[in-house]
Amino acid sequence: MNGPHDLGGQMGFGPVAPEIDEPVFHADWERRALGVTLASGTLGAWTIDESRHARESLHPATYYSASYYEIWIRALEILLERHGFVSADELAAGHKIWPGVTPQRVLHPGDVAGVLARGGPCNREVEAAPKFAVGDRVRTINEHPSGHTRLPRYARGKSGVIEAVREGFVFPDTNAHGKGEAPQHVYTVCFDGRELWGQGGDPALTVSIDAWESYLERA
Amino acid sequence: MTHDHHTHDHDHPHDHHHDNELDPFAARVKALETILTEKGLIDPAAIDAIVETYEHKVGPRNGARVVAKAWTDPEFAEWLARDATAAIASLGYTGRQGEHMQAVFNTPDTHNLIVCTLCSCYPWTVLGVPPVWYKAPPYRSQAVINPRGVLAEFGLKLPEDTRIRVWDSTAELRYMVVPMRPVETDGLSEDELARLVTRDSMIGTGLPLRPGSLSPDALWPPQDVSGAAT
Repeated sequence: MNGPHDLGGQMGFGPVAPEIDEPVFHADWERRALGVTLASGTLGAWTIDESRHARESLHPATYYSASYYEIWIRALEILLERHGFVSADELAAGHKIWPGVTPQRVLHPGDVAGVLARGGPCNREVEAAPKFAVGDRVRTINEHPSGHTRLPRYARGKSGVIEAVREGFVFPDTNAHGKGEAPQHVYTVCFDGRELWGQGGDPALTVSIDAWESYLERA
Repeated sequence: MTHDHHTHDHDHPHDHHHDNELDPFAARVKALETILTEKGLIDPAAIDAIVETYEHKVGPRNGARVVAKAWTDPEFAEWLARDATAAIASLGYTGRQGEHMQAVFNTPDTHNLIVCTLCSCYPWTVLGVPPVWYKAPPYRSQAVINPRGVLAEFGLKLPEDTRIRVWDSTAELRYMVVPMRPVETDGLSEDELARLVTRDSMIGTGLPLRPGSLSPDALWPPQDVSGAAT
């Protein structure tokens, strides 16, 4: 979707303003937000793609005025409600009112280290041979799906060169919507700065994205 | 090198936001944790363990060790270039948001910069959780269109003919930059070298520290030095 999250090349957000002596967390609620978000993910009800889509589906005014942990929590509330774990009246009351659905699993303290150290690999076998090879010239599709996609707007309809052929990976555009993993090969595609940004682009700039095969056409 | 933004931070227009506003949101997170705990969906002790992991165990010192080893061990550097996930795993760093790693090496001709324009993808296993600025709109919007301007904000001015390669983390590959080894570091041990490797130098928004030049400039960004303890 052409959502507020798709930020590449936008202007007017002000300076980056890196922070001096930045702590890992700025407030205790951020610690809990990280932990609650990660622990809820292990309930097994949604994928990382669905959670990303929930975040980018926040209203733009909300998205741009929220800190990142706030974005996480707002999206988590939506996911928990969508999957029947909590209800709106519970969120309003701040306490359990209904039993809710039973999760696939609950993260126990003793399992945290192992779960984090394993992560969630999303490479998958793809039977078909990769359609493109290193050095091939390709053009990204110019599509504007209303659902989740990982092809950023600034790189749509642009011509570039395949720099690396990756493994097969779960396809976010289907997986985010419960339509299956439908894995595809992923490619690292390089674009010249001026292909992306016109004559004002930095002539010594190369930008790469990692693109699923169906984002690409032979140029 | 000027670092006016160090001391003049209060002069910035605050139309961007930080994560440091203690506001009603703290109550909202507390309520959510309470509901989930009462429903048996989360265990607060598991939350504590997650926080402990990313506050005290997994952070940029992991990545610094990877870089220092690559600087001192050509075989490891070659492995890191070819199969970063396995090479990094050999040092014990595996897991969430580091399942599929690639290390990208700075050269005299090319400087690498990592960003995620679409969300906040970041190599957690080697750098920990990302800093606020990495996840915020100013960096995500500008890194791909005006990387030199972004680097200047970090006090890093590259020669105009140095190529800049920006890696937008749009899929599940996670990137870390291997900066060039600083000059005059021949006699240093791997541990000593690791202390020169800043977090920002592994994102591409900085360079490693130089030995013996402990001026305030050389210490930028200071959080990397204080983070050395972890």
